[in-house]
Order: sequence, then structure tokens, then C-alpha cells
Amino acid sequence: MKGNSYYWRKLHSLLGVIPLGGFILVHALTNYQAFERGPEGFANGVHFINSLPIVPVLEIFGIYLPILFHGIYGLYMAYQSNLNSGQYTYSRNWAFTLQRITGVLTFIFVFWHVYQTRFQVYIGSVTHEELGSTMHQIATNPAFFVMYVVGVLAAVFHFSNGLWAFLISWGITISPRAQKVSSYICMVVFVLVSALFILSLVAFTGDEFKETASAALAWTNIG
Amino acid sequence: MAEATATATKTIKFIITRQDTPDSAPYKEEFEIPYRANMNVISGLMEIQRNPTTAEGKGTAPVCWESNCLEEVCGACSMVINGKPRQACSALIDQLEQPVRLEPMRTFPVVRDLVINRERMFNALKRVKAWIPIDGTYDLGPGPRLAESKRQWAYELSKCMTCGVCMEACPNVNDRNSFIGPQAISQVRLFNVHPTGEMNKEERLDALMEDGGIEGCGNSQNCVRSCPKGIPLTTSIAAINKDTTKHLFKKWLGM
Repeated sequence: MKGNSYYWRKLHSLLGVIPLGGFILVHALTNYQAFERGPEGFANGVHFINSLPIVPVLEIFGIYLPILFHGIYGLYMAYQSNLNSGQYTYSRNWAFTLQRITGVLTFIFVFWHVYQTRFQVYIGSVTHEELGSTMHQIATNPAFFVMYVVGVLAAVFHFSNGLWAFLISWGITISPRAQKVSSYICMVVFVLVSALFILSLVAFTGDEFKETASAALAWTNIG
Repeated sequence: MAEATATATKTIKFIITRQDTPDSAPYKEEFEIPYRANMNVISGLMEIQRNPTTAEGKGTAPVCWESNCLEEVCGACSMVINGKPRQACSALIDQLEQPVRLEPMRTFPVVRDLVINRERMFNALKRVKAWIPIDGTYDLGPGPRLAESKRQWAYELSKCMTCGVCMEACPNVNDRNSFIGPQAISQVRLFNVHPTGEMNKEERLDALMEDGGIEGCGNSQNCVRSCPKGIPLTTSIAAINKDTTKHLFKKWLGM
């Protein structure tokens, strides 16, 4: 890697929380509409995001480029580590190892997930309004469901544990006590955000999402 | 009768990873030596030196190791004992699982057998200017005093003996990674809290904000769990993270 790795690592750490961490939270809350308010709630969420101004700019600079940099530089960082959890079986060292494993899993999962959803909208085979039924098709396939659960858990663990490390790398949590308290908070974040995603996945298996396309069209007509 | 003798003379078994030259391939040899009360790994190695014969009765070259103080303050006898890096002098045979497995700390270049070259740590101390510059052409007089509240934790940091255990335990100190390691970062904190050393603190922070500086830390926190002197290495790293972050923004904004 050319240049001063101090700046690259700082940028990597920052992008993981802003914007990517923020994106994960927004994504989890939008999906959760599917569980709380059904197909119409989910369609509303999708509609709200697409009604934001300069959506393509937000997508490129807020999501795609940060994910690409964070993912590719993260692969390089994983390559630079000698995982030694077998020899040093401390929980923090396991978290270090898992951070690298879940990072790779998440990077793969994100590509596959974007291909199944957003990319299909780009090429015109699905509309934004039909994404609920696309997710229904994915979630009702048992193999896909398991892979989505694994992918989601990996992504949320990577975010939560990364948040803990971010607080140290930027010099916010310094004492062992502060780092312990922040690790508890990050564990709660992991549980809550994972629950949001998994409940949404469960909701997408419901039959009411089969016909979201027509329901959404009806909604558009009313709107 | 033979059985009775075997139980009467207690022995200690060592499995030692050896290496004849810096570039040759490592190999293992087993040794069995008579037990004595209160032995440590060093006295075991001395026994092998007196009678360099393997457990199979084959004559071999005596095992090489380094040691000086024999009271865990010099750091020279660091090696991997039963899978964990530590000092051989304070590794008491009575407290070790048998057979005792000895290996060199491979994070460093192996010179021979258990002898390693810890030069990279001393180079790291030079790089971060881990000293108090007081040389000049005239007497500068006494420096400012260090507050007792700071002196107490600074003293803990000053216990570092450059033994290399934190470097060995760190997953990010390896030949694919330029990370300077926990030891030098903690020394920056020590010299930056010193009232005279503080006058050059930006120089030390700058040295950690270059390739292979503090950014290499991945927060596995193995260092603090492994340090034989109980130095709060992860607290030092986090505190220097804070100082480098502040220094970064101050430099950018010209504050």
C-alpha cells in the first residue's frame, strides 16, 4: 500500500462507522418496518429512502465507495494479521479473529445481496416496489434464509465490535473500565440490530409479501 | 528393581526446538534430566549444558540460550514455554506442565536455538526518541517536577524491560505487517508524561503517525494479558491514540 498507512487506517476506521455503521442502522430500521407494519410499511420505508434528494450521490459516496475501500483495505489488513486465538484464547483475541473472519464474510455477503436486490433494480428486472416480494422469494428458500442469517450476523458483529475498536483507535475509551463498559454497550448493539434484521427476515417469509408487487402498485395509485 | 529405581529418581522432560544457524531449518530434540527441588527452566538448561545428551542417549551440541539477571528484570531469557512467551528464569519447573516445551520467540530473527535478536525493539525506541534530551552547552538547571499522581502510573510503564513478550503475543507484529508493537508505544507515553520529555512530545507522536506506527494496533489486547511486568499496555496505546488524534487535527487546523 502506497502512502502513509496511518492515514489509510484512520480512514478505514472512520468509514466503518460513518457512513457504513449509520447505513447498517438505517437499513435495519427500514427492514424492520416489514415486521412491524407489514408489506405496506416496508414499501413506505423503501419509498422514503428513494424520495431523498440526490439519491445516486448518496448511494455512490455514502455506500458504494466507502464499502469498496473499507472492504478491500480490510482484506489487506486481515492478510497482515497472524491469527493466534488457538494459542492466546482470550475473549478479546477471539473478537480480533472474528472481526477479520466476519469482515471477509460480510464483504462476500454484501456483493451477493446487492446482486440479488439493488442490482436487479438497476437492470430493470425488479422495481423498487417489488423488492418486498423479491425478499419473500429469498427468505422462503431455506438455504438462502440460513445464508442471510449468517451474513446478517457477520455484518452486525463486524459493526458492533468495530465500533468498540473505533472508540479505542480514536482515543475515546482509554481506561480498561471505559473499554469494558463500551464492550457491554456494543454487545447490546449487536443483539438489538441482529434482532431487527432477523425479525425482518422472518417477516419476509410471510405470505402477505408474495403479492407485494400488486399491493405496492395499488399503494402507488392511491398515492 | 528397575521399576523401583525409575520411581525413585524423578526426572524432567524437555522438548526443545533447536536451530543451528539463523537460516537453517528448526528441529526438535528431547532431553531428560534429573529433578532437583526449586528448579527453573534456566537451571534445567544448565543441566543440559553440563551433560548434552538427548533422551535417547545421543550426544548433541549444548542448547544455546540467553540470560542475565535471573530475576525477571532484564528480559534476555524470554522464550516460548509451553506455548506462551515468558521469561525462563521465572518459569519454575514445579509449576510447569510436563514435558516442558521450549521454543524461541519466532517473531524475532532466531540466532541459534533459543537465542533471538531483539534489535527491532531497540530500533523502535530510537525511532520514537524514547529518551529525555537534556544535553546542551550550559547547565539548564533542575527541570520541572512530575506530579505524584502521574509519577505513580509512569513508574509502572518504566518497568518495561524490552523483553519482547508483547511483540510475540501480538497478532499484528509479523513480517507482513510494519506495526511497531506495543512496547515502544507505551514508552512514548512514559517519556511524554515526563515534564522535560513533554517538551518534545510532538516529535514522538509524529514518529507514531508514520507507516508502521500506532495504526497497526488491532486491539486484540494479547499484549496486556502477556506482559510479565503487568504494564497497562492497552491503556498506553489508547492514551497515545487520543494524543495522536488530537495532534492530527491540531496539525491540520494549525491550532
